[in-house]
This record gives sequence, C-alpha cells and structure tokens, in this order.
Amino acid sequence: MSDVNTASPALPASRNLHRFANPGRFLRLSGRILPPVALIGLALTVAGLVWGLFFSPADWQQHDAVRIMYVHVPAAWLASFGYASLAIASIASLVWRHPLADLAAVEIGPVGAAFTALCLATGSLWGKPMWGAWWVWDARMTSVLVLFFLYLGHIALVRAFDDQQRGYRAGAILALVGVVNLPIIKYSVDWWNTLHQPASITLTGAPTMAPSMLWPLLLVAVGGMFGFAALVTARTRAAVMERRIRALTLAQVRAQA
Amino acid sequence: MTRKNRRLMLVGGVVLGLGTATVLLFQAFRSTGELFVVPSKIAANAPKGDRAFRLGGMVEAGSLQHLQEGTKPAVEFRVSDGIASVEVKFVGILPDLFREGQGVVTLGKLRPDGTFAAQEVLAKHDENYMPGDMADELKRTGWKPENGAPPAAALWNAAKVGG
Repeated sequence: MSDVNTASPALPASRNLHRFANPGRFLRLSGRILPPVALIGLALTVAGLVWGLFFSPADWQQHDAVRIMYVHVPAAWLASFGYASLAIASIASLVWRHPLADLAAVEIGPVGAAFTALCLATGSLWGKPMWGAWWVWDARMTSVLVLFFLYLGHIALVRAFDDQQRGYRAGAILALVGVVNLPIIKYSVDWWNTLHQPASITLTGAPTMAPSMLWPLLLVAVGGMFGFAALVTARTRAAVMERRIRALTLAQVRAQA
Repeated sequence: MTRKNRRLMLVGGVVLGLGTATVLLFQAFRSTGELFVVPSKIAANAPKGDRAFRLGGMVEAGSLQHLQEGTKPAVEFRVSDGIASVEVKFVGILPDLFREGQGVVTLGKLRPDGTFAAQEVLAKHDENYMPGDMADELKRTGWKPENGAPPAAALWNAAKVGG
C-alpha cells in the first residue's frame, strides 16, 4: 500500500493529481482505524448474539422464537442507518462534488441492501410461527420492501452509465428522493394500523422490554454499526486502490506509447 | 452566493418539496395505508357489498368458544376496539399467539346477520417483551393477560418487590 502512496506523486501532472490528493490521506487514515473498528464490531456482535441466543430469557408468550429479534431488529436499524449514510454521501457528492463521497455511496449500496434483505428474511421467518403469515402488505413491511428496492435501484443506476460521473449524479439524486421513505418506515406503525407492533425502544420513553433482553439487543446493534462502518470503509479503500491501479496502468501504457 | 451554496439550497429545496408532496399524498389517501378496519369504524370504512376486508381489534375476554365443524376445529370469538365489537367465526388452525386479550387481524366477509366469517386469522404481538418468570410474577400480583397489555416495563421490578 505504501508503494502505491509514494507512487502517486510520480503521476504526470494533471487534474488526476488533485483528485487523488484527498483519497491518499483517506487511505492512510482509514488503514489505521479499520482494524480496531472491525475488531470492536466483531467482538460486540458475537458477544451480543451469544448472550441473546443462548443466555437471555425466553419471552413469556413467544418462548424461544423471540431470539430472532437479536438478528432482525439490528438488521432493520442498520438498513435504515445505512440508507441515511447513503443520503449524506449523496448530498456531499451533489453539493461539494466530493470524489470520496461518490465512491462511498457506491460501496454503501450493496452492504445496506444485504442488511435490508436479512431484515426482511428474518422478519418473514418470525412472522409465520407468531402471527401466522410469512408476509402481509401492511405499512411497515411494504415501506421496508420499498427501501430494499431503493437500494437495488441505486446499485443498478450508479453502474448503468459509461460515464461514471453521470452514474454518480443519477445515483445521488435517486438516493435523496428515496430519503422520504425513512420517516415513513419509522412512523408507519404509528400513522397507520399495521400487523407489525410499534417500537419497543424509543428516544422519548422507557423501553417496553426487560433489561435482560434489551442489553444483548443493544450489544448486537452497536456491534453491527461498527461492522457496517468497517465493511463500507474496507470496500471504499478497495475502490480507491482499484482506481489508483487503473490510473497508474493507464499512465504506464501512455508512457510506453 | 457561491455555486456550492446554490447547489445546497437546490438539494435542500427539492428534498423539502418532495417530503411535503409525500405527506400531502398520504394525508389524502390515509385510509388506503390502513391494514384493517376496527369494529366501530365498519359502517364508515369497510368496503361496501360482498367484498372481503380485514377486521382488526382485540379478542374480548371470555368470548372465545371452541367448536367442531365436521372434523375441523372451529372457533367463535368477539373482536373489540373498546367501543364496538363484532362476532367472528373461523374454521381452521389459529396462530400460536392467539388468545383472549390478544390483538388479531382477520380477513373475511361480513354476513347479513352482522357476524364476520373469517377465512384467515392473524395474531398481533404488542411491543412488550418479558421473560416468563416476570410474567408469572405479574400474574401472581393480579395481572390478567386476557384483560390486555401488562403494566409498563418500568414497574416490573416494583411488582417483583411488591409480590
């Protein structure tokens, strides 16, 4: 990696130099924080899952089926959190034309889509034995499905143009249009009557969950946040290095020609 | 104003405009977002004629009767929203969470005699999560699940001390 860093000033003077100045600092900085962030995320997630799946008490009426919550709820939070970070990256891309924001947006998409898919799949597996249905078109489930399609649309759109810059622009606009879906997901269970229950953990009130179930849930959720950040950082680093390799190869070919 | 500020204003304005449009849209089509109709709103909100719809509410305490229709299990119970209640008949297997005092969402048709013939019964779960021994403790100190949700979680430890 340090080879690549020292190699960049040798590039022919062009606008590319300016473009890579910032990503160079990003690579050094992210290279230092990535291992601890990934380790903390892994440790918290594993600790929370072991606690939740094996040691926390069963629910009085759901019994052991309640343990799906320790995967489903953090996945749902990360799905929304990931989309919010995609929207922030999109603003940075549209307003400040930040090249790193473009790369981050491209890399957030698949990670967010994966957590949304996990949320939908575990929700379905939980709904069948408890509610009696794999799926119901209520406001909560429908809005989360829309979130999944927004992620898929973004993934497809940013890769659909021959000119990468146009893809980034189109993707950022789609991501910002879709941001209206986030409050709809959050408040769907309050605005409409739904099969899905309202939130157990809110900013304004005490949680309606026993502490012995709340703590492992929060551990997995916080661990998941670190994990999400680590995944996106690692993917963005790979994208920066990929670009750099492409630019260097191009420069080499030009020099030989 | 710099170009960056102009772009920021533009992005902010578009997001704000889209948000307002969405809010207005959902206000106009409010009832289409609802999954079910509650008993007291059937006259106002249920589809007219012989169309199936979802009826939702709480299974009234003391109203559940287990019957037999041929070889199949059948049940009769009243679904209530605290204001009105409707008699529901269902032939089939109920979800695990079904009990008196639990929220349910049933799909079916209203018969001319005012009873609801359900072809599907789904059980709702509320936002309370509680270990088994805490539920036993609350039941010992007078909480009856068939009468509704348990006391607020913040009071559970007090119940344990009091019991």
